[in-house]
This record gives sequence, structure tokens and C-alpha cells, in this order.
Amino acid sequence: MARVTPIDTAYFKGERAGDFAVIGSAVPRSDARGHVTGRTVFFEDMTLPEMTHVKIHRSTRHHALIDRVDVSGALEVPGVLRVITHEDVPNNWYTVLRLIGVGPDDEPVLAEDRVLYRGEPIVAVVAETEEAAREGAARVAVGYTDLPAVLDVEEALADGAPIIKQAGTNHFVYEGHHCRRIRFGDVERGFAEADRIIEGRYSSSPIEHAPTEPTGCIVVPQGDGRLRIHTNTQAAFFTLDNTALILGVPPTSLRVVGGTVGGGFGGKVDVIVEPLACLAAMLTGRPAKYVFSRAEEMQVSSPRAAERISIKDGVMDDGRIVARKITLYVDAGAYSRHSPYGTTKAAAHMPGPYTIPNVHVDAYCVYTNRTPSSAMRGFGVTIGDFALESHMDHVARELNMDPLRLRLKNAYRDGDMKAHRKIASGTALVEVIQSAADLVGHDLPPEYRAMSSTERSEG
Amino acid sequence: MALRHGRGYAAVNYPTGMNLGGDPSQALVHATTMGGFVVTLSSVDLGQGLRTVVAQCAAETLGIPLENVIVDTADTDTGPHCMGTFASRGTHRVGNAVIVAAREARDVMLQVAADELEVDAEDLETDGTGFVRLKGSSEKKIHISEVALAAHFRQGRTISGRGIFLKEPSTPVPETGEMDPDSCQAHACTVAEVAVDDETGVVEVLRLYNAYEIGRALNPALATQQVEGGAWMGLSHALFESTEPYYPHSREHGPVDFTEYLMPGPADIPAQTSVFLERPAGNGPFGAKGIGEMTANAPIPAIANAVYDAVGVRLTSMPFTPEKVLRGLDELRAGRAG
Amino acid sequence: MPSTIVTIELNGTDRELIARPSTTLLSALRETFGLMGAKRGCAQGGCGSCTVLLDGRPVVSCLIPVVTVDGSAVETIEGLADGERLDDVQQAFVDHFATQCGFCTPGMIMSATALLNRKPDPTRQDVTEAICGNVCRCTGYEPIITAVLAAAERRRGDPAVPTPTVPTPTVPTPTVPARPAPTEAEV
Ligand code: FES
Ligand code: FES
Repeated sequence: MARVTPIDTAYFKGERAGDFAVIGSAVPRSDARGHVTGRTVFFEDMTLPEMTHVKIHRSTRHHALIDRVDVSGALEVPGVLRVITHEDVPNNWYTVLRLIGVGPDDEPVLAEDRVLYRGEPIVAVVAETEEAAREGAARVAVGYTDLPAVLDVEEALADGAPIIKQAGTNHFVYEGHHCRRIRFGDVERGFAEADRIIEGRYSSSPIEHAPTEPTGCIVVPQGDGRLRIHTNTQAAFFTLDNTALILGVPPTSLRVVGGTVGGGFGGKVDVIVEPLACLAAMLTGRPAKYVFSRAEEMQVSSPRAAERISIKDGVMDDGRIVARKITLYVDAGAYSRHSPYGTTKAAAHMPGPYTIPNVHVDAYCVYTNRTPSSAMRGFGVTIGDFALESHMDHVARELNMDPLRLRLKNAYRDGDMKAHRKIASGTALVEVIQSAADLVGHDLPPEYRAMSSTERSEG
Repeated sequence: MALRHGRGYAAVNYPTGMNLGGDPSQALVHATTMGGFVVTLSSVDLGQGLRTVVAQCAAETLGIPLENVIVDTADTDTGPHCMGTFASRGTHRVGNAVIVAAREARDVMLQVAADELEVDAEDLETDGTGFVRLKGSSEKKIHISEVALAAHFRQGRTISGRGIFLKEPSTPVPETGEMDPDSCQAHACTVAEVAVDDETGVVEVLRLYNAYEIGRALNPALATQQVEGGAWMGLSHALFESTEPYYPHSREHGPVDFTEYLMPGPADIPAQTSVFLERPAGNGPFGAKGIGEMTANAPIPAIANAVYDAVGVRLTSMPFTPEKVLRGLDELRAGRAG
Repeated sequence: MPSTIVTIELNGTDRELIARPSTTLLSALRETFGLMGAKRGCAQGGCGSCTVLLDGRPVVSCLIPVVTVDGSAVETIEGLADGERLDDVQQAFVDHFATQCGFCTPGMIMSATALLNRKPDPTRQDVTEAICGNVCRCTGYEPIITAVLAAAERRRGDPAVPTPTVPTPTVPTPTVPARPAPTEAEV
């Protein structure tokens, strides 16, 4: 019998009342039958006559000027139909968030005069078969002049670091500031008043989405001259609009068909494969398929950003946290993609689900010569939570205090003002802690038991 | 040298929807000739079960059996705009849009039924089995297939509705960071129990206990899938995952396949015990909050804290490889000796 | 090297194809026979999403040149159901919510099928060993293990234990039960 997580109806009894027919029922998945019979159609589940295949020649350098690109070797490979360079791309710049006014467009579709990371696409090869496309891509010859590479976020921001971005800074500029700032209360005064200062520093490595289905698409020219794009994008119109901008074609000339995806986790949000596959289809007049190999998926497609987070807390002996200062570095890699957005989200999440009167956050979106990072499940928050909650444990140990009581004491409640100045509502941190304590038989004294997100019992 | 056990805690919240909002989703609903109801979207199902949960929202709102709902999604020629499936927004945004569209369609359906039954639409109700009936009467009723046929062929009406959900965009104040980032917040508390081998540095997660506050479990089985799979991913992040094992010192030796990019296999998984709490969000579909992302987060620090509890090593860098545990243990011993 | 004619017994029927030496069993299934159930998750033998049965043994079809299996019997996910009637493993995956995105599912089910054919009464460890070459990024594996054990039970013929499609929770408090009377939606 399927295990269905029980609902503890004792919490928020009044609020959760409702009278529903199908809401709240464990009805079977409508797609399960397709999954177990193999009938579910993923984008790659079609064979088309005359299908062509796209493979990419990629940078072998972290940071270099491109002196020379020789595609003649590729064109000699039997089955290779054509090569695509930046000159073939009508608007050779990714426009990730242009539609909602977030810039800058800093990433070429195919490299022009320089590469900023190992794996950056330089030439696309279109061929009759995957093997020919792969062979053709391998035969492209590129001459480089290496430039100094920056591979570490803090080194990137240090004085005298080589500037790798043509915009002039190794960090995203937030309305004139080096970082996304949160300023709430007076953090220095909070530190001065605190019984003790407790500091920590936390970091992570880049993480791959690793969906079982690789990122990809098949583009099919239609009788009416339009292109039908079968894709596993996580965002159909996002893909359509951005692809149209890059191709310089009216959006009405494209149609995106998808919606069935073999896992995304954020990795299929960047619009990377569709523009080049569309170009291949336009230039050959034939269907074109561009799918990441597993190696590309793991080393070239954008990972979850590595982060480095410093936390400095001013803490009273009774467990109240009165000041929290956070410096956070997001390793965006070579290009922006969604990282400037994610860094703001990281800042907004601080100082965690706690009410702290004095908060100071500097969240930097830093460019390095690494694979561009982008969205992944928990974007901007997952690593922050690792830092915050490890630090809460550290604080509890320093104070010799029960870690759950420390959290309950500081937990945010309805009506509290968050550091970003929104009034909290619908909070339930207190209750999930109480409930988890129940699950493991962790004793909480009556005053902690009696706590509630809807009212603040003690000051 | 021994297996040492520890328990660690972590509590988190997670915002629903794109940070700062401005991320709309739309839905269209219309009835077919014999009373099927098509929900047309351009939204993407990544495997979380969006199609199923959207059908539930439509059936509930329309007051019709689930079997009568067809979800047609992710064709930009037919489906209206959806920002996409990310930022824990799918169920919340799309669910809301579907409810709005289904309400509008329901109003027409009741009007058509009222004209057929020669009563007032306000006096009608749906019974969830496929009938529209006069409140308080068991006699006066009409099946939705009759209603749909009448709409098409006698009354010349379209039983249809349009819906959109948009959280107004917010712009952060540059100096202070004042902003309105989210629609609502879901919550989680995880307790991890681990065994640490102080000879090899290997961390084994034995049990995860999770309490999740998710607004409303629209489909508790699908919500269970999200929380169990998400907690597994958190564990995987915690112990194994990195595309650059020597980050930030070197980009070499990055994994290129599943034999190098390690994740816990079926024999490495902990026993999971979970419970849901529901504090419905005023702006959520039937109160639901977005939970797809949150579930991976709390296990990571809970595991780190459990390792500290077990062996006294504070792991500050993910992933928590045996090497890091052993180095931590070495430092402790050196500290004790010195 | 020249192409050769290869004969395989595919889901019970003899089929022929002309194959190049580099043609894998996976691409023969997908591109020649149009059987899209076996998935290509890596083409490196690392994910198991392309798993099919070759003379009853589970194999990763992406690594097998089809010319080397001339004369063999190949079973794919498409061969399991009896018309529209799902087999026990398939039904158990549905009932126990063992699929999310579903991309790993066909390979997972073929690995499980091979196990149950070989060992009708598997232990949990037998199951985890049988599927340890099949990567799933969505489920955390537990529902899959549960489904395979349940399928084994069903296959052994325990019809007294019907498989519930709408399960009820086992611990503290019950979830909202399905009610006949619907209400207006609230946003
Ligand atoms: S595709 Fe064959 S093992 Fe991955
Ligand atoms: S269900 Fe998505 S990979 Fe297994």
C-alpha cells in the first residue's frame, strides 16, 4: 500500500477546515499509466526522416582570446552539412530575463572574440548523423591566446584581480551597489549590546541537476514555414520568446511543444539548445536535434552555484539573537544567466525564518571563469539554509542550549517585520518544530509547547 | 575506532513563487459537446504531477467528476502564457489561474442548466457526480453532458472561462533591500539521525524525520512524492554531489557520467518518517503553498548537525565527504593532544 | 565494415533489421522499430534508463551493438502489458506512486521484472541490488522498492490483498476523506 504522509490535523484546526470533493484526495497520477507502459512521449521519442544532428565545438580554455577558428576539417567529414559560427546567429546574445527587465545581456550564443570558461560553445556542427556531427565538432581547430583566469569568488573581488567581464567589474551591479543589500535596524549597535559574538563560515561546491533525461530539443520545419520546437524546457513561452529574439524572427513563426519532462530541477530553464537547433533547421531546411550528452549535462550545462557565506551573530546568553550580519558570495561563473536574480532571492531569504532586530546582508553575484551557474531547486536558498541552520546549531552548542528551543525562541511569528520589511503572515515555523519534536520524542518544556506562530507569548 | 551515532536538527521556510513576483500564469477552460471539460495551459509538468493536481483543482471548482476533466498543456499555439515551472510556483500560480477560469465556466454551466430546467441559476448546485441539481430537490436535475449539448446546439453558448494569476512585481529599494519577495512561505523541520564511522569518515544517514507545513495537501500522495524525493536529493547534496570535486582550487577531475557523479542508490537511503501540517495560505489554491524546492533544504544542515553531534566535527563545506570528516577528526585529536 | 542483417525475437515476434556495426540495440529499438519505451539517459551505460531484457537478463541496451545479439530474444516495456491490462509490476508502480517524471520508469520496471522472473520471493535487499544500476533523480527510490515488493506479492497470487489505488494513511491522524458534496472553490 502506498505510503501517504499523514496530516496532523491538530495544528491550525480552525484555519484548515474545508469541505472538498477531490481536493485532499490521493487520486492516482494521470500520467502513471503512460510512464509504466512506455507510452509517455518525451521530446526525443520521435523518428523523423532527414533528421540532422547538432554537436558543439567547445572552448578548451578557462579564459582566452580567440585568434583563429578553422572549420575546414569539420566540413571534410562525410555527413557534415554545415557549420554555424557566431556570424550566423542573427542576435548573438542570450536574453535570459529581458522580458521582465533584468539585464544585462552578457552571454554570446556562440563565442565571438573570446571565451570565458572551459566548455563555452564556439562552433556548432550540423550533420546527417550524431557520429558525423561529433567527429566534425572534434575537427574544428581554434587558436587561442590565454588570458589570466579567475576561478575563485573572493579572488575575483580582490584588488588587482584581472577583470574578466567587459562590463568592467567582476560582480553584478545592483543599482549602483556592489551587492544586493539588506539593511534593517543597526547591526553594529546590536553587536555592541550582545553578550557574545558567534561567527561561522560556510561554503559549497557546484551541483548538477542530473535529470535522467538530458536537456534537448528537436526542431521540425513546417509546411507553412514555421518551426515546431519539441523541447523539454521548463518554460514554454520563455523558450519561445527568447528564441525568437535571438533568431530575429517574429514570435509567430515559432511554436513550442513540450510539457512532458524527464526531470528538470531548474536545469531546463536556460534557453540554450533551442536557438541553435532552430538555426540548424533553418539553414538546412531539415529537422534538427540538439541534445546534451551526459558529459555536457554534467560539465557544461549550468550547475547550482557554489556559494560562500559568512555569518556573524550577536547573541544574548538567554538565546535571543539580536544582530546578524551576512556576507554571501554566489559564484555565477562566466555569465549572468539567472544568477543576479538568484542572488537577490538569497538576500531576501536572510536572516532565515527568525525575527532578529538588526540585520545586515551583503549578497554578491560574482563572475569567475567557471561554467555559468543558474537556477536549481531551492535557487538562492538551499545553500543559505545550510549555512543558517548549521550556524543555529553552532550557536546552540556555544550557549549550551537545546537547539530546538533556540530556534523556537527566535522563530518568526505572524505580524513580525522581516528584514526586508514585509510583515510576516501565515507563519508556521514554531509548529513544524513542535511537530518534529513529537516525531522523535524530543522533550519540550510547557512554555515552548505553548508557543504559537499566531501569537507571541513572551518578549 | 567505532560507529558513532548522532542526531541533528534544522528548520527552514521557503518562498512560493518567483522572487519579487511578476510571474503570471494563465488558464482556459471550456466544455466539449458531451460535457468533457478541457483545461488548456502552456505549463510544464516536470514530473511533480502538475497535470493531476490541476485536474483536481478544475474538478473541485466546477463541481464535476475528475474523469470529466482533460488537461491539455504546453503547446504555445493553443495554451495561454505560463511563466514556467520553477520557483515552487506551478501548483500555486497555475492552480489559482485554473480556479479562476473554472469558476467562470461554472457560472455559464449553471446558467445554461438553469435555462434548461427553467429555474434560477442561484438555486442550482453541482453534486460532484455529474449532475447539476436544484438545491433541496432530488427530482429536478440535469446531467452536465445534457447541459453541454444544450449549450452547443440549443442555446448557442460557450461554456468557458479564462483565468490568470499574477503577483504584482515588487522592486527592491537599493539602499535597504525593502521588498515584497514572495506570495507565502512553506515550512519544514528535519531531524536527521546518522552513524559516522570514525575510521573511514563515512557518514550514513539512518533516519530522517520531517515535519512539513505546506498550506494544503491538494493531493497527499503527490505531496508525499515531493517531500520524500526532495529529502533524498538533500541527502544526496549533503554527502555526495559536486561537479568540481576540487572546487575552488581546480576545475579538473569533474565527473562526466553517473559512475563518477555519485548519488545515494536504493540501498543507501534512510528510513523517512514525515508528517504534514496545513496552514492554508490566503492566496494559495485551496490554501496550497509551493513545496517542490523546500524539501531538499532542511536535510542538509540537519545531517551536518547530526555529524557534529556524533563526532564533534563541524562540517562547513558541502559535500560532507569522508575526507572532510577525517580531517575534522584529525584536527580534534591534534587539538586534544596539543 | 558492411551492414548485416540481424534477426531478433522482439516481444515475442521475429523481426529483422539491417544494422551497421555501430548500431546499438537501443537505437535499433527506438529508430528502426519505433519502440520508444527504452530511454536514452546517458548512452554510457551509467543510468539504466535503456534497460531491456536480453534472453531474460537485464542489459543496458545503449552499450550493446545489435549485430552481437543476432538470434536473441529481446523484451521491452512495450511487451509487458496484455493489451490494455497492465502486468503486476506496472500496476504496482501505478498504485504505489513509484513514478514521478517517469523517465527512469521503463528501465526500472524491466530490471524489476528480471528479478521477479528469477526470484519470485525477493527480499528488500534483492530489490535494491536489482535496481542499483537504474538511476532515479525524482523519487528517492523508496516507493519503487515498495512497488516491486508489492508486485512480487501479487504475482505470487495473494489476491486476498487487493492493491488500493486510493490509500489511507497509517499514522496519527487521517487526511481529509473524499466527500460527495463539492463546494465553491476559494482562492
Ligand atoms: S542510456 Fe543506457 S545506461 Fe544510460
Ligand atoms: S521518476 Fe524521474 S527519474 Fe525516476
